[in-house]
Amino acid sequence: MFEWVISIFESFPMGLQTTILILLKIVAIMIPLILCVAYLTFAERKVIGYMQLRLGPNRVGPRGLLQPIADTVKLMFKEIIIPTGSNKYLFIISPVLSIAPALAVWAVIPFDDGMVLADINAGLLYVLAITSIGVYGVIIAGWASNSKYALLGAMRIGAQIVAYEIAMGFALVGVLMAAGSLNLGDIVRGQSGSIFHWYWLPLFPLFIIYFVSGVAETNRAPFDVAEGESEIVAGFHVEYSGMAFAVFFLAEYINMILIAILASVMFLGGWLSPFEGILPETVFDIPVLGMLLGPGIHWLLLKTSFFLFCYLWFRATFPRYRYDQIMRLGWKVFIPITIVWLLVVGLLILGEVPPWWDAA
Amino acid sequence: MGVEKIIFYIVALIMVSSATMVITVRNPIQAALFLVLTFFASAIIWMLLEAEFLAIVLVLVYVGAVMVLFLFVVMMLDINVDRLREGFTRYLPIGVVVAVAMVGMLITVVGSDNFGLDKIAEPERHLADYNNTKALGSELYTKYVYPFEIAAVILLVAIVAAIALTMRRRDNTKYQKPEDQISVKREDRVRMVNMPTEKKK
Amino acid sequence: MNFELPNIALATPEITLLCLTCLVLVIDLFVPQQKRIVTYLASQLSLIIVFALTISSYAEQSSFAFSNTFVRDSMGDVLKLGVYISIFMVFLYSRDYLKQRDIFIGEFYVLGLFGVLGMMVLISAHNFLTLYLGLELLSLSLYAMVAIHRESASASESAMKYFVLGAIASGMLLYGMSMIYGVTGSLDLAEIAATAESSSNQLLLIFGLVFISVGVAFKLGAVPFHMWVPDVYHGAPTSVTIYIASAPKIAAFAMLMRLLIDGLSSLQAQWQDILIILAISSMAVGNIIAIAQANMKRMLAYSAISHIGFLMLGVLTGQQSGFAASMFYALAYSLMSLGGFGMIILLSRKGFEADRLDDYKGLNERSPWFALMMLIIMFSMAGVPPFLGFWAKLSVLKEVVAADSLLWLAVVSVIFSIIGAFYYLRIIKLMYFDKPEDTTAITADMDLRIAISANSLFVLGLGLFPGMLLALCLSAISAS
Repeated sequence: MFEWVISIFESFPMGLQTTILILLKIVAIMIPLILCVAYLTFAERKVIGYMQLRLGPNRVGPRGLLQPIADTVKLMFKEIIIPTGSNKYLFIISPVLSIAPALAVWAVIPFDDGMVLADINAGLLYVLAITSIGVYGVIIAGWASNSKYALLGAMRIGAQIVAYEIAMGFALVGVLMAAGSLNLGDIVRGQSGSIFHWYWLPLFPLFIIYFVSGVAETNRAPFDVAEGESEIVAGFHVEYSGMAFAVFFLAEYINMILIAILASVMFLGGWLSPFEGILPETVFDIPVLGMLLGPGIHWLLLKTSFFLFCYLWFRATFPRYRYDQIMRLGWKVFIPITIVWLLVVGLLILGEVPPWWDAA
Repeated sequence: MGVEKIIFYIVALIMVSSATMVITVRNPIQAALFLVLTFFASAIIWMLLEAEFLAIVLVLVYVGAVMVLFLFVVMMLDINVDRLREGFTRYLPIGVVVAVAMVGMLITVVGSDNFGLDKIAEPERHLADYNNTKALGSELYTKYVYPFEIAAVILLVAIVAAIALTMRRRDNTKYQKPEDQISVKREDRVRMVNMPTEKKK
Repeated sequence: MNFELPNIALATPEITLLCLTCLVLVIDLFVPQQKRIVTYLASQLSLIIVFALTISSYAEQSSFAFSNTFVRDSMGDVLKLGVYISIFMVFLYSRDYLKQRDIFIGEFYVLGLFGVLGMMVLISAHNFLTLYLGLELLSLSLYAMVAIHRESASASESAMKYFVLGAIASGMLLYGMSMIYGVTGSLDLAEIAATAESSSNQLLLIFGLVFISVGVAFKLGAVPFHMWVPDVYHGAPTSVTIYIASAPKIAAFAMLMRLLIDGLSSLQAQWQDILIILAISSMAVGNIIAIAQANMKRMLAYSAISHIGFLMLGVLTGQQSGFAASMFYALAYSLMSLGGFGMIILLSRKGFEADRLDDYKGLNERSPWFALMMLIIMFSMAGVPPFLGFWAKLSVLKEVVAADSLLWLAVVSVIFSIIGAFYYLRIIKLMYFDKPEDTTAITADMDLRIAISANSLFVLGLGLFPGMLLALCLSAISAS
């Protein structure tokens, strides 16, 4: 059976073969991703529930595990309402505009050594460019809805995203300087050695700023003034229902996972194992234990989960920033710190400071 | 016809038609969005020319930041499109004349007479590991370092000018000083008063 | 990586000015409004330092740096010195004016210094890129400075006009440059000059030249691209008008020289025709329309247009001595226009601009000394001997006469300059033979009074002994 499939596949022309392979890879990334989103929402409700001494969802399926499935089904069967006086095309197209970039970025994420859909040189730039397009979905949604709350939400987010993108970009410049490459795989390889070789240590301020800016970019608490349910109802997506809303929701969570995985790749050594350089080399040769302790995709997923947990933790802990405070933090605190730290990184590289930049 | 050529023609068609839409649609927001599409299409064309750095930076800077702010402003303005269009027919003839002249000149200038393949050789294709970003960076920071620095100064002037022209400090506005708020001590807010207890009579 | 460190020392004045300007910017941040004078003093000190640096490293011959995008030659150095002096005077004149109108802010000085940097880059440009960037740096600073008085609607309006027209002009210039780049395959002025001569595609080069000339004419304010000049001169605060009217003319001369002589000398026949048309129409329109003006600033704006026409006369001869005459004219004009606008600032006070012609009635009764100073400036602008303006006009005309088949041009220019003399002399008539409408005493600080007097006396002094400056220009041109 399997050989038969392969023989059919090999009879296709070369171009088609590559296309099919790429499509398969895309599916292999997207399906787990969407499942992750589903269970991230579940985890969110559970984690925040426990933090607030509640139980969270526990009725649908064993221990509430089928809750996200139920939510999806509900959203799918709801009617999409298009408000009167709204701009119909833009109203429909804006969820697409917000999810497409969120998905497109995954093309360059390295899950393991060599395990990447598109191993391009300018990977980091690509990430920055594509994520910056995501804001259009939100802004257009806010404008096309023909609703005051939605427009206010869009206005807020427009300024916020542009402000934090600069800090984020500068943080990435630090990474690029440290690694000397824009290729995400090379960035991870540049961190190999031990847990102290990872860039979180020399780029610590940039690491923190990157992650906090990432939280702001994805509109999560405490930077979620664009939604701000207590002030502007639900912000830009107040008029959306059913699948159209679900797509926004999906995009937001995919972006969260993306920020988490990028933070792990750039500052916490991606797929590298924290035991590397600490345990003796021979440990990694032990059959199963070696696999677990050695580098691999599981470490990347673990690190990503940690950041995702932080997202939820923040949401349960911090009160929402006021708008002027957000702007102040972005422009007057983060950007100056990143610029100063870039100078420091430059000096560190120039001084060939070990263990990161010694001549070896 | 190779795949690249097909992609080129499709993208070029998108680019030209969306550029036309920018100046013909009635709604300023839609015009801005078509402009975004135009930028995006031109980024793809750059990508076809193996200039991936420029393509990505075009998306990053123009699509991701400049046009967002542009939309931001356009959304907040109440532009009366009909008034903008007054006199359109009146100026149409002269506009057409200028446009025709410009197109004619463009054709004479960049037509195949001057820039055909026989005049300028096809640039050589680079291998897959060719790093456009690095090549551009080393040119910019060595050969063109002086113009590059001046360009940076121009941006600095733009910042200074923008702030000088827009920042207003009105006397009656109340500003928050977070550092004061944070460093406030109990003594600044609460005054402990020692009062003699009331005596029962 | 094989990379040769450029000869940075050649650009020491530019680099120093950039650092000092940034320093002024930072100092200004920490200076309270009552002590804004510190920013002013720091800016003046920066100019003095750069002046000293340029003098001490005065270039005897041309040398290049930064892969030939930068040239240091004696023509450039002399022009730069002229720029420093002019801007020093501008800052000196405008201090009180700014204070009285509540726009005594650090940004004026920072932008002013950046403008100086732009002029220096422009003067030292040896590549289309640096030329354009220097021009933009200057223009951007100017746009912002024109709008710096935000409460004034006329200033904002004129800044808008200036900006839009300036942007169009930049576009034209770039378009022309791109055509020339298309033909020659280079942005370097020397390489362009070398390849343009042998190029098979002269038509395209001429197209490029036309667009470049349009762009340059816009920036210079030559007719028929002069529409912005009167509005901007009139609408801008006088302290900014005096900036625009003085040093940028010197830089514009340098731009003309770099583009036409260094870059496109092989097209001399073509640009000569273009410049003749621009020069004649500028002199005609400038001098005739100035007569109809009732506003001093507008009148001086039209006078600036006519002077630009004269300035072009020297360049279009295509001779070394002609360039020197034009250079002399640019420096002389900048000095005279400093004096003219300085006088407007001197007579103005809070809530009173002193920019109507009627405000000059009977100045002699109010202050005989300043009436005399104004008389010197006006006579000099009109080209009456023995003042500086006379020698400037004379030297330019001499070159035009010396060139073959351009005698008619000299005659035409003389006629227009005689027409122009009318409105300068009208000011003198108003000052000496009319009754004053306004008898308020002149309240200006001592340094401003001294500076204006020195400026006017300088115009007189250089007029009495013009040989020195002229010889300096000649030697600077022939050395580069």
